[in-house]
Amino acid sequence: MELNRRDFLKLSGTGLSAAVAFAFLPDGTVMAAPREFPLKTKVKETTTICCYCGVGCGAIVAAYGDGIIKIEGDPDHPINEGALCSKGLAMSQIHQVNGKPNQYRLTKPLYRAPNATEWEEKSWGWMIETIARRVKATRDKYWTGRASRTDAIASLGGGELDNEECYLLSKMNRALGVVYLEHCARI
Amino acid sequence: MTNHWIDIRNADCIMIIGSNAAENHPLSFKWVTRAMERGARLIHVDPRFTRTSSKADIYAPLRSGTDIAFIGGMINYILNDMEQNPENYNMEYIKQYTNAAFVVNAGFTFEDGLFGEVSDGKYTAAAKKTWKYADTETPATDPALKDPDSVFQLLKKHYSRYDVDTVCNITGTPKDIYMDVCRTFCATGQKGKAGTIMYAMGTTQHTYGTQNVRSYAILQLLLGNMGVAGGGINALRGTSNVQGSTDMCLLSHILPGYLAVPQEVDTDLETYLKRACPSTITPQGLTGDKSANWWSNYKKYVVSLLKAWYGDAATGGNDFCFNYLPKCDPSVNYTHIGMFEAMGEDKIRGLWVWGQNPASGGPNSNGEREALGNLDWLVVADIWMNETSEFWQRPGVNSPDIKTEVFVLPAACSYEKEGSISNSGRWVQWRYKAVEPPGESLPDLEIMNLIMLKLKELYQADSSAPQAEAITSLDWNYGVHITADAVAREINGYDLTIGKLAESFGNLKDDGTTSSGNWLYCNMFTEADGNKAKRRNTVDSHPNQIGLYSDWTWCWPLNRRIIYNRASVDLDGVPWDKEHPVILNYNPVTKWQGDVPDGGWPPISQAKEGEKYLPFIMKPEGVARLWGYDRADGPVPEVYEPWESPLDKNLMSGTRNNPCAFIGKYRNEHSSSDRYPYVGTTYRCTEHWQTGIMTRSLPWLVELMPEMYVEMDEELAAEKGIKSGDSVIVSNARGEIKAVAVVTRRFQPLKVGGKDIHHIGILNHWGYSGMAKGDSGNILTPHVGDANTTIPEYKTFLCNVRSAR
Repeated sequence: MELNRRDFLKLSGTGLSAAVAFAFLPDGTVMAAPREFPLKTKVKETTTICCYCGVGCGAIVAAYGDGIIKIEGDPDHPINEGALCSKGLAMSQIHQVNGKPNQYRLTKPLYRAPNATEWEEKSWGWMIETIARRVKATRDKYWTGRASRTDAIASLGGGELDNEECYLLSKMNRALGVVYLEHCARI
Repeated sequence: MTNHWIDIRNADCIMIIGSNAAENHPLSFKWVTRAMERGARLIHVDPRFTRTSSKADIYAPLRSGTDIAFIGGMINYILNDMEQNPENYNMEYIKQYTNAAFVVNAGFTFEDGLFGEVSDGKYTAAAKKTWKYADTETPATDPALKDPDSVFQLLKKHYSRYDVDTVCNITGTPKDIYMDVCRTFCATGQKGKAGTIMYAMGTTQHTYGTQNVRSYAILQLLLGNMGVAGGGINALRGTSNVQGSTDMCLLSHILPGYLAVPQEVDTDLETYLKRACPSTITPQGLTGDKSANWWSNYKKYVVSLLKAWYGDAATGGNDFCFNYLPKCDPSVNYTHIGMFEAMGEDKIRGLWVWGQNPASGGPNSNGEREALGNLDWLVVADIWMNETSEFWQRPGVNSPDIKTEVFVLPAACSYEKEGSISNSGRWVQWRYKAVEPPGESLPDLEIMNLIMLKLKELYQADSSAPQAEAITSLDWNYGVHITADAVAREINGYDLTIGKLAESFGNLKDDGTTSSGNWLYCNMFTEADGNKAKRRNTVDSHPNQIGLYSDWTWCWPLNRRIIYNRASVDLDGVPWDKEHPVILNYNPVTKWQGDVPDGGWPPISQAKEGEKYLPFIMKPEGVARLWGYDRADGPVPEVYEPWESPLDKNLMSGTRNNPCAFIGKYRNEHSSSDRYPYVGTTYRCTEHWQTGIMTRSLPWLVELMPEMYVEMDEELAAEKGIKSGDSVIVSNARGEIKAVAVVTRRFQPLKVGGKDIHHIGILNHWGYSGMAKGDSGNILTPHVGDANTTIPEYKTFLCNVRSAR
């Protein structure tokens, strides 16, 4: 029986072999003990699908206790069979770089007032309230009653969202009467 | 994709055209390679010799934007060869499963590149009528394919003009290579052989992009390659969930599940259905005598959607709240380009953008960036700053001059939340949350929920607002902390009489007793099996193990892995390909084995009179269309030049451009061939993606590919005194960009219409935001779009190049 690295991790993760010098597999194979490389950190593994092109390759995200993550190809996935391209392999850097959060990520809601030259940090509560008021004012002012629509609000985006988000975005925009509803599939 | 990624391994010949799969969909090549290991031949058709070409048996260069000529010549080759060697083709498939034998209106005309009269950029209704069948309800057929008005004879006449000399004069392809492509790919016309086409944006991003795809469809149908394993027309799709976002119809012309958006004339549900729901067409004289016309279920899907949106408020008495849906003006173009034209004309006041970056990704970036400054407010939900959210402080503008109020909402990345995405093969796969999003970031799902809850609150408090009920009675009860699970269930839908999840779209009703947010996704989440997007069974349970992996996640529709699969068997139900059958062994008791069949009816020859179901169930006539009379720009593809072309005239007719293309007016200067003689084309590299916003802030990828570059051939570079590594300026009437020159033999001048044509290849990944910055390729692309879809003509335009020193 061949034991790949994932099976090895599974075994050690469940503690079956971590404490002994040798692990005996069901078919009698003796495996070198992982004692020299004990896994001291609790690892949470979740599966994901790559966020780049449309092939839909599977990957495994290993999240360690201190927030460090590693991402590798999912060997069980029938399409990519454990392989990833350069972009897929770099997916972990969206979250963190060299063990620290990627400094280019947005972490707070930001607001730029008309004609201003700087961003201002704002609370989520203020942002949601202000955006909703802008949407309502625009919709109500530019309303074509006979056609139940507003031509003054437009929406873009969706190809990078999850299906559930796309669906909700469609429901929300159509309820508001938005007809300029588009995303990257068009371009 | 009509098929799916793993299925590529079943092909006998693979033609990659309008795509650089090896670099842009790298893992797809695992399956191209598997096919080649079994002896399949690989053809790559592209203006540039890429890594895809390097693996191909045949590399055929063509001038960007000449697919219709290239494929048209192949169709002509087949139609001629078919007469000499009918045994090399699947004539039963062509006669029984396509509209080849259908008799077309005798008034049909084609003269000098036009299919009748054009008025104001559109074919007249009278012209379009002549494209239809002579009898539009019960069309006559001539299975001998001899009637001069039959589709087959009309195709022969049309494509007789596409002889090899004319074609190669337009495309610039060397004749011997071209003939090799014809012989190699058309050999898949044999019964039991399969050829597949893999395409991407190189095909679609033209003013005649839809007709480029139509030409592939005609080719594949004449070769009997649709519905079979290793066949199909496979759009590779460039974004991880652009399939799902299309299915959910975040597009101006459709509602979830590809239902038509209502128009102003649709004053009630019945009027809308009369316009949108296609009437069944029953062809006469074929062995199959029954068209399923699946879209006749339209009302069930619309009513179930309205029940998902308006819940108890939607009743038979109020047309299920149909009047709340916005109604479009059919004379307005609401697509991406149309939206920015309207923004440029100051007609749009607010825009919200969810994980998209039009300031870099849209065509004619200088124009679209300027149009954003006409907005009163702009909301951007993203995980990074991007060129759109930072448009007001882009290089060259004075921020205090820009009045737009900008809201930036920090979102979660793909593994910081959970939900499903759909790959190009229609597989819906669940992603789990691995880590918390950074700082105060929230998943888009939660952001949308919070905004909508606030809007409901504001409208509850203001009953005088126009049509406030469309918002106050919207069924939006996800709580403060919405879950993807709850929304996935809503999308699947319910049997409302018992409050249980609906089992399949076959059970949806038009009387308000069922709900479904998207009928195509009904069956993904069932009471018996739970959320099937989470399934991880790696066993290929198909009797011949053709690579379906039907228990790995789930795919729409109904977990059917290869669509149109009833065309993979003959009239007796026997698979054309014995080695790779898709569906097989029909028996009245046990039914079909293999993939989920496209309708479970018996084989045509075993069924009773009047119940002999034709295989293409989504078409009202039950067969596939060689003759596509519903398109805006003609029933059959015809060669036109791009909006900006290096040629003064169309070498095929007196009509230079697609007469129905959408031409933008806002800041969309036309580049003339005397000042800008070279063909510009945009594309990607492996290490970056789309506008680069998801890759240009990842140090590993930036180290691999640090700068914006453009590629050109050695002759052009020598003429301009440019060497590899030089800084160059590429310019046209709309703007100019700076980039590093890559002088390469991957591009070669092509001989077209007696002159040498040079291409300049331009990356589209760069911009002024993020860690690694550079000029955006889309500064050069035009604001013009395809006649049917308005997809921009990113792939062919004119430009010039000079050294930046």
